[in-house]
Amino acid sequence: MSEKISALRSIHSEAAFLSENGYYGEYGGSYIPEILVPAFTEIKEHFEAIRQDDAFWQQYCALLADYSGRPTPLTYADRLTRHFGRARIYIKREDLNHTGAHKLNNALGQALLARKMGKTRIIAETGAGQHGVATATVAAKLGLSATIYMGREDMERQYANVFWMRRLGAEVIPVDYGSQTLKDAINEALRDWVSNFETTHYVLGTASGAHPFPSIVAYFQSIIGIEAKEQILRSAGRLPSRVYACVGGGSNALGVFQAFYPHEEVQLIGVEAGGQGKESGRHASRIAFGEGKPGVAQGYKTLFLQNNEGQMNDTFSIAAGLDYVGVSPILANLSERGRIQFSAATDAEVIEALEIVMKTEGLIPALESTHAFAGAFRDIAESSKSDIFIVNMSGRGDKDIFNIAEGLQDEEWKAFIHRKNAQFEA
Amino acid sequence: MKNGKHLSTEKTPSSKLSLAERITGTRTSGKSIQLMTHQILGYPDFETNYEMIRLFHESGVDLVELQLPFSEPIADGPIFLRANQASLANGTTTLKCLEFAGRVASDFPEISFLFMTYYNIVFQYGIDSFVKECATIGIRGLIVPDAYPEESDKFLEACREYNVEPIMIATPYTPDERLAYLSEQTGGFLYCAARKGVTGSKTAFGKETDEFLTRVRSQAKTPIAVGFGIQSEEDVRFLHGKCDIAIIGTQLLKVLEQDGLNGVKRFLKSLAVLH
Repeated sequence: MSEKISALRSIHSEAAFLSENGYYGEYGGSYIPEILVPAFTEIKEHFEAIRQDDAFWQQYCALLADYSGRPTPLTYADRLTRHFGRARIYIKREDLNHTGAHKLNNALGQALLARKMGKTRIIAETGAGQHGVATATVAAKLGLSATIYMGREDMERQYANVFWMRRLGAEVIPVDYGSQTLKDAINEALRDWVSNFETTHYVLGTASGAHPFPSIVAYFQSIIGIEAKEQILRSAGRLPSRVYACVGGGSNALGVFQAFYPHEEVQLIGVEAGGQGKESGRHASRIAFGEGKPGVAQGYKTLFLQNNEGQMNDTFSIAAGLDYVGVSPILANLSERGRIQFSAATDAEVIEALEIVMKTEGLIPALESTHAFAGAFRDIAESSKSDIFIVNMSGRGDKDIFNIAEGLQDEEWKAFIHRKNAQFEA
Repeated sequence: MKNGKHLSTEKTPSSKLSLAERITGTRTSGKSIQLMTHQILGYPDFETNYEMIRLFHESGVDLVELQLPFSEPIADGPIFLRANQASLANGTTTLKCLEFAGRVASDFPEISFLFMTYYNIVFQYGIDSFVKECATIGIRGLIVPDAYPEESDKFLEACREYNVEPIMIATPYTPDERLAYLSEQTGGFLYCAARKGVTGSKTAFGKETDEFLTRVRSQAKTPIAVGFGIQSEEDVRFLHGKCDIAIIGTQLLKVLEQDGLNGVKRFLKSLAVLH
């Protein structure tokens, strides 16, 4: 335990992704309405304090270990490796974290932070519903009340998660305007927060938003990379050649990249949602397609998909969790500095990659996480047998059964839904 | 004040005066509290915006806040949010807004026109060009709630260079030290949000408002405006003698949507008693 604490602390001393002034190159900052200034001051002070607080870390690490089931394994994907016959592929299994995704690492950390600040209520936005479920879960575990904002379209895409959030005791509020996706859920959570900050902490789920949220989320997610680095050194005796992670806002990518960041020889690759491809205009790739432009919205400066006048574009992806108009300012900066490469996987490539992973490894990655696999598969032909790829499987795909069945055009499933429907109507 | 009375009391050409001078000038002319109203440009359409402003002018409204719509208006409540999005869906652009603003500023010179928008609109236009354009077309101040002053050096510099006032927002939760800072940074007037939350819901004006405004008065170097949740003559009367400007935003849009321009006329008449 104390080893883990000191490993977490070492991230802080390396200060890879922590920023005192909130800027990562030209990106980041804190463009917040005046009413939120006291709330941000409070968070900054407490975040600073908990980083030095042994009791806090003991509690956090104990919950990660005994409640969430960490460390998650790093699985050697032998059949997948043989399938391509090139680089050895290892999979970081965030799907085995409690609630089935990496999201709990951050939700737990921030919920403990909220309790430290004397808040009794937490609110969150959610896209795929994983962060919503994680927040609802920690709220139940820590005795806080929770409200989750979710775009109406995302609720339809991820109804199983809506069901679980409500059953876990959280209030789920549909967001009915805009593109009805993640960005709109963030706006609505911010509106709640400006009215209720005295009792409420906003558990932002991704490494975006106003300072210090990118730092906080990257910090709590850094456990993924810390474990993965230890695990790969132990099992392969060396660092990987490449690490792949999907990028929506950027929380799982920053989580896994952080520990490898100081090792220049390790290539870090973020895979965005290519949707129906660059030409279609229906995608959520801010960096790989080169279409994101610097802008200021939702409290921070980053690359946004926007028109010439600064109105945000609608984004598209098969994966609700990647369907976001901005990107972590930390990633925007690391991309500009050339430390992280970006690619985008289309919906079709994702479905194809998913079938390969399911059949060779018996794993069902979330559609979000499958983007990371698709990115790795695209590059693998150029690799050699002496290379090692780590793919961060940020979450499990059971939640996606409706979308995956649709993507795979599974006739049996469709027939089952018809029967179920008839049964309810009877 | 009778309709259009400000026309006859003008001595110095008002266009030469600074925003604060225009505000205090009207005060010394006997008006005890001024009214600032609001329009979301392009909603329901520019023609209605123009008719609304004509009514404001007839009723003796002193300042009008013209909001340039943005797709992510985080400080706005549901009514303004939907109006922002409907306006954009109608095809409203920054250029159309600038053109319209130039027209009303020239047609109604007695009114001080301000822009309210979000930082990205200014940022994408080009901070310097945007503020310069405001000065050219007669916009006197800018309210940009997410242009957090510590982050917006370029914006504040441009405002000072072109003499377009950057209007800061204070809230009952703003500590004294920060209040002093905001009073220092703001130009024209200090915008006091009477409560937490977003635009459009009711404020219970009372002892807490009084305490807040007393605190503001002890620090402010400019006139003081109060907004967020002013819905009736009673609310305006409460603010009498406690601030210089009462801001009515969402309520006017509600009245327009429910009772049309005639409803707005009646509503403004109910407030005009105060003048």
